[in-house]
Amino acid sequence: MGRYSIGFIAQRLGIFLLTIWIAASVIWLIPRLAPGDPISAMIMRMSSSGGRVENADKIIAGWKERFGLNDPLPVQYVRYMGNLLRFDFGYSLAHFPTPVADIIGLALPWTLGLLLVAVTLAFFIGNFLGAIMVWGKTPGLIRAVIPMFMIFTSIPSILAAIFLIYVFAFLLEWFPLAGSYPLGMKVELSWRFISAVIWHATLPALSVVLVNFGYWTLGMRGMMITVEGEDYIQLARAKGLKPFYVLYRYLVRNAILPQITAFAITLGSLVSGQVLVEYIFGYQGMGNIIFAAITSQDFPVIQGASFMLIVITALAVLIMDLTYPLIDPRISYERN
Amino acid sequence: MSHSTSMTEANAPVLRVRDLRVYYETPKGDVLAVDGVDLDLFEGEALGLVGESGCGKSTAAMGILQLVNPPGRIVGGSVELGGRDLLKLSEEEVRQIRWTRLALIPQGAMNSLNPTMRVASQIEDVIVAHEGAQRKEALRLRILELLRRVGLPERVYDLYPHELSGGMKQRVCIAMAIALNPRVIIADESTSALDVVVQRVVAQTIQRVRHDLGMAMIMIGHDMGLMAQMVDRIAVMYAGKVVEVAPVRALFATPRHPYAQLLIDSVPTLRERKPLRSSEGITHDPRNPPPGCIFQLRCPHVMDVCRSAAPQLKRVGPGQWAACHLYAEPAEEGGRHE
Repeated sequence: MGRYSIGFIAQRLGIFLLTIWIAASVIWLIPRLAPGDPISAMIMRMSSSGGRVENADKIIAGWKERFGLNDPLPVQYVRYMGNLLRFDFGYSLAHFPTPVADIIGLALPWTLGLLLVAVTLAFFIGNFLGAIMVWGKTPGLIRAVIPMFMIFTSIPSILAAIFLIYVFAFLLEWFPLAGSYPLGMKVELSWRFISAVIWHATLPALSVVLVNFGYWTLGMRGMMITVEGEDYIQLARAKGLKPFYVLYRYLVRNAILPQITAFAITLGSLVSGQVLVEYIFGYQGMGNIIFAAITSQDFPVIQGASFMLIVITALAVLIMDLTYPLIDPRISYERN
Repeated sequence: MSHSTSMTEANAPVLRVRDLRVYYETPKGDVLAVDGVDLDLFEGEALGLVGESGCGKSTAAMGILQLVNPPGRIVGGSVELGGRDLLKLSEEEVRQIRWTRLALIPQGAMNSLNPTMRVASQIEDVIVAHEGAQRKEALRLRILELLRRVGLPERVYDLYPHELSGGMKQRVCIAMAIALNPRVIIADESTSALDVVVQRVVAQTIQRVRHDLGMAMIMIGHDMGLMAQMVDRIAVMYAGKVVEVAPVRALFATPRHPYAQLLIDSVPTLRERKPLRSSEGITHDPRNPPPGCIFQLRCPHVMDVCRSAAPQLKRVGPGQWAACHLYAEPAEEGGRHE
């Protein structure tokens, strides 16, 4: 089925690139609207903490020249955009001279790996519970018990994280207290390493799942009730179809559509990580990096991380846009 | 329009409804939506079920299909289909009877098909659910034949419901209803949501299919003109009860129950505009009907007995039955009581 036309794909891609361009421009513009400049501010910090800085003016002028801050703004802008295209975000101030791209490159896979799994699990568990909460064939006991799990939704993820660490890592010692993998272990594609990674990721993932699945349950429950009232459900029952078939092919298939849209938006926010969860578990992901960059005023890292956040959010929305016609036949990118 | 089947009361009915009660639960007590309905549907006949909005005709249909949704519930009665009381069967037994013996052409043409499934899959799933898996090609030919029978082009097979017009969707529903050749079809206001031209085409499709396959049908609606053309007998409902059942000609010529008289008097003709004589709607609280006859508050012929005793359906003419105290003794041919 030709559900797509070149024109619509081009349009979606255009919106994707436009979003990134506007966002990148805003990230570039905002610091330049602020009074002062980062190099004077850095020298001032250095002099206030470490005493007098010799020849401060000369150093400032030298660095300004080095970073190209004396060039006219349009020239700076073009250079900045050129660098972004190569994912060159400059150097970290806190870990000079490590490139920002290296820092992000090391952290991003960990966060994506952990959160992609955790958020996907939360999505499936949440929607499953929401669906069976409404389904008429679910035993009453199960339907009565599910709302009790909702209590996790009202607990902040940091509290859940601390609780999990206390019980499962500290008291029971089933899981490690912190880290992404055992210190000193070689990073390789071996079963030993992968199982260690999973073992370390269990508690952080669990804290994310516990806190998040309730939102999906409630959303799914609402959608299920709406779809339950539709005429085609009545007809499906009248047709004498098997109850389980009606559940997944008629009820869930239609109720889940808006949930999938919401999921795409959630995926976008993954890059920023669950800052506090990663911090508490000492997980070396984006959340930890952003947290450290904010406390040390490491501007290039914040800028680079923000840019990656925008790119991945826009990418998730793009993928959503392009796959949605496959999920909902009423949406079509064919030109009529 | 010809009435294809002659109706004889000697035959055993295919569908026999006795004292069906469906109540809706509300905080202030149960609404007696269907309160003791008796209906007989004979082999091959079309029975019209008419009455104003809220009289319980659709609820009665859902009661027959065992598809009453909460807060509604079936309180009592019996629905015998081929000698078996549906109310006494297990859920699985009812599931197996649905569509194989008792199918539905639904009310809302616009929203009765699953938007995320192709037309063919929605016809296919009901065949597979009741007959088990079978060869793809055989299924395809069978579905194409069903589509052809209701006058739909082959391309509809691969389309999604949103790609069809209202009339086409309704015809898909008809094709679906006849897929397993049931003995009884309930058409619940199947033409109400369509414009008059499409309505006529769909009504003709239903007539043709019924004529070809010889199934019995209950047609629910409030379009008296359409009913007159399509059904053999009409049952008139008021406030959850059947107040009159009669062959269609008898009902139009000599309605006996005062409510049926008001209803027939309000049907306009091409030459004459008629004022709506029954304008008040159901006047009593459906949670707490008055003792005696349910129509007493609006009846022009109300008598003392109507306020204490509920009238039963009595034979008032050949094949004509009315629930009214005006007819204490079985009446033979006679004029209108005005």
